[in-house]
Amino acid sequence: MLNFIIRRSGISVLTLFFISFVIFMLLAMAPGDPTASLPLSIPAEVKAAIRESLGLGQNPFVRFVKWFYAFFWIEPMYTIEQLTGLNTYWDQQRIISFQSRSPVMDIVWQRIPQTLWVVGLGYLVGTLIALPIGVISAYKQYSWFDQIGTFISMVGFSVPTFFTGVLLIVIFSVNLGWFPSIYDTTLVVDSWANFVKQVKQMVLPVSVLALYNAAQISRFMRASMLDNLNQDYVRTARAKGLGEKAVVLVHVMRNSMIPVVTVIALGVPTVFSGAIITEQVFKVNGLGQLLITAIQANDIPMVQTLTVIFAVLIILFNLIADVLYGVLDPRIRYD
Amino acid sequence: MNFKATLLGAAAAFAMAPAAMAERGADGHVNIIYWQAPSGMNPYLSGGTKELEAASLVIEPLARYNEEGTMVAWLAESVPTVANGGVSEDLTSITWTLKEGLLWADGSAVTSADVRFSWQYCTAEGGGCAQTEKYNDVTDVEIVDDRTVTVHFGVSKPFPYGPFVGAQAPIIQAAQFADCLGAKAPECTDANFKPQGTGPFTVTDFRSNDVVSLAANPNYRDASKPAFATATLKGGGSATDAGRAVLATGEFDYAWNLQLAPDVLAEMASAGKGTVVSSFGTLVERIMVNQTDVSADLGDRRGTADNAHPFLSDINVRKALSMAIDRDLLVEIGYGTAGRPTCNVLPAPAIYKSSANDACLVQDIAAANALLDGAGWAMGSDGVRAKDGVRLSMLYQTSTNAVRQDFQALIKQWWAEIGVETELRNIDASVFFGGDPASNDTFQKFFADVEMYANNFDGTDPESYMANWACEQAPRPETQWQGNNMPRFCSDEYDALVAEMATTGDLNERARLAKAMNDMLMQEYVIIPLVDRGRVSAHANTLGGVILNTWDSELWNVADWHRVDG
Repeated sequence: MLNFIIRRSGISVLTLFFISFVIFMLLAMAPGDPTASLPLSIPAEVKAAIRESLGLGQNPFVRFVKWFYAFFWIEPMYTIEQLTGLNTYWDQQRIISFQSRSPVMDIVWQRIPQTLWVVGLGYLVGTLIALPIGVISAYKQYSWFDQIGTFISMVGFSVPTFFTGVLLIVIFSVNLGWFPSIYDTTLVVDSWANFVKQVKQMVLPVSVLALYNAAQISRFMRASMLDNLNQDYVRTARAKGLGEKAVVLVHVMRNSMIPVVTVIALGVPTVFSGAIITEQVFKVNGLGQLLITAIQANDIPMVQTLTVIFAVLIILFNLIADVLYGVLDPRIRYD
Repeated sequence: MNFKATLLGAAAAFAMAPAAMAERGADGHVNIIYWQAPSGMNPYLSGGTKELEAASLVIEPLARYNEEGTMVAWLAESVPTVANGGVSEDLTSITWTLKEGLLWADGSAVTSADVRFSWQYCTAEGGGCAQTEKYNDVTDVEIVDDRTVTVHFGVSKPFPYGPFVGAQAPIIQAAQFADCLGAKAPECTDANFKPQGTGPFTVTDFRSNDVVSLAANPNYRDASKPAFATATLKGGGSATDAGRAVLATGEFDYAWNLQLAPDVLAEMASAGKGTVVSSFGTLVERIMVNQTDVSADLGDRRGTADNAHPFLSDINVRKALSMAIDRDLLVEIGYGTAGRPTCNVLPAPAIYKSSANDACLVQDIAAANALLDGAGWAMGSDGVRAKDGVRLSMLYQTSTNAVRQDFQALIKQWWAEIGVETELRNIDASVFFGGDPASNDTFQKFFADVEMYANNFDGTDPESYMANWACEQAPRPETQWQGNNMPRFCSDEYDALVAEMATTGDLNERARLAKAMNDMLMQEYVIIPLVDRGRVSAHANTLGGVILNTWDSELWNVADWHRVDG
């Protein structure tokens, strides 16, 4: 297993280099200009001077090498210095955002908590709802529970979040006035009242995301359970006189979880990339909103850094999914 | 003596109380929403409107424009003029005096050194300052004494109010930005996010592209202001979300720039929680008519003055295009109360507004057809007019934007009625307005027959705006396709007016020249103005003191905002 992990990590490094290069070149070649959104009353020479000061005059390959070095060496060193107090970073130039002219990673760190809280919780809640629904739906196939579950997951799956989000806002914020429609990222939970506030402002976005995620995962769980319920080993287990509870929850569920775990693990990176639309609708201003505003403003360093971070996470969680396979199914061995 | 002074003070305070009413911070918290979130608080580093307005809560200029477009002294004691001796007779220097006892939020004194430094900061090499145009021709900012500076210009400046006037050119603290000159500017993240200011608020927490938390400036020059102890400027979402948060749910007190369909706004406002306010400035949505031939066969000389446009060089065609447009309908569909039809590219301030072109307000398709018939453009069997083998077939480009695409569709229809065939094209705004000389899709390169966008000018003086249409301003290969004269209009007479205005100091004379230039452009039909676009914002009914200002930052008078009974 260790060998496998090491080998895979080695390949991952090459993959990452390739991915970052391709992304950088795509961004460099794409049309667009970070000064385009400035008012027209700012003259062209001034805009040219701004582009120059952003380093856009340099050769794209030089810019890539600079960015690559900053991302994979300076930024980790800076983080180490911040964490340990050791002098590892020597005031080198960090990756600077075109929009805010401040270090990209500082903004990313600032955004992670709200994304994890809202989008992460939406994913967690969604998963926790989805698993039992999937199991029960499969075990009682075609029952009323299964029919309703199928209906709800179809709705959750096919209705886009920009619709459900706005619908919930209109019902619960505009008409009933129960929950806020705008997320306050500066809220610090230091008292009971603020905790209630925090819960209130999370209810709507988390519900929207939970519905969407639960719809997907419950379908996978149901299908996988159905595959296994008709297997010979299930009949054997029942013939041995095992109770239904043990048969379904121990034998069938463990085997059914193998494909579902992959789906869940591969979904985790999407939590970090933020639910772009839901974050926009509720003004959560997490990583998704950061990415979309950066794209709109042609903030190349920000877009590049975020997409590569997502690539790192995807590769990492692929690895984790592979390892979990082995844990869940002892027959799978990588050595 | 002390006792007497105290008594007198108390008596004075008592007498003043009904007038001043509120004391600083008495009204609690105010929530402002900008659906485009500010990414920084330094307008010199980012020229975007959202950053400019956010920064105006904190840092201030020497003078600014009020809601009528009149200049008012802000940090300065008064606005210098030739009449009061503040501006030299030869118009090459202007002397400003700071108000007495001005303090930065940290308690240190505002001095003329800060004023001089603000100029040095913006003009430092390699800093990429977005407002360098404000400091054009400034040769030195001389410190006369602690409160007095004299700005020296290299040339005679009939309008010397560029430096340190308006939200674009505020005074920043020398002590805070001393190590941030030139290429080092972006490294000063703390200073760029939390500048020391003289304004009613100071930044307590800044999150780029998300939210700004502010508190009342303890050293603000008016001890009774601002009425709010704290403020939040939240960003993100869309104009619809922002409008809803103020007008429908009442979560926020003020929403900026609600460029929404008129019926959507009315629906939201019907909840009775807030009020929509609008005001007009100089922003005009217009069609530029290309005077040069953009046919691809011309290679390098495509879109240059070397080759005249095959049919748009005929004034009758240009005039007919303008006559066929129903501007009232465009306003109704696209902007509602936030727009009004206009026949001038220079619609305001009032003294510059010409009334010589108002005939364009009425659509007249029959007359347009008659005009084209008379000019020899005969209607073909396919419904497109032609003369000498030249068909009236055009490419009409603009940026991608729902309202603009509606406009394109309507105008295409009207032009079809006068026998002009139109092909529509829309280009992503970041490319269209991007100015990349390598791209053929920019609005400067203008490889199309007509193009539509909106533009305005900062402040109230139209001199540099009107100079946009001088011959030398035409984008061409020699200028790397930079320049502001998109129609490539070129007239010696116009250039002479531009030159005359650059040396004329008298306001009435300047107004006459600006009007003459506007009329010339309009009567040549090289620019077809469509809609004078206003600014629309909304405030909660419980927020008082809002005066919408299109000449400066919308938050210009935030110190006067206060709570009222909704």
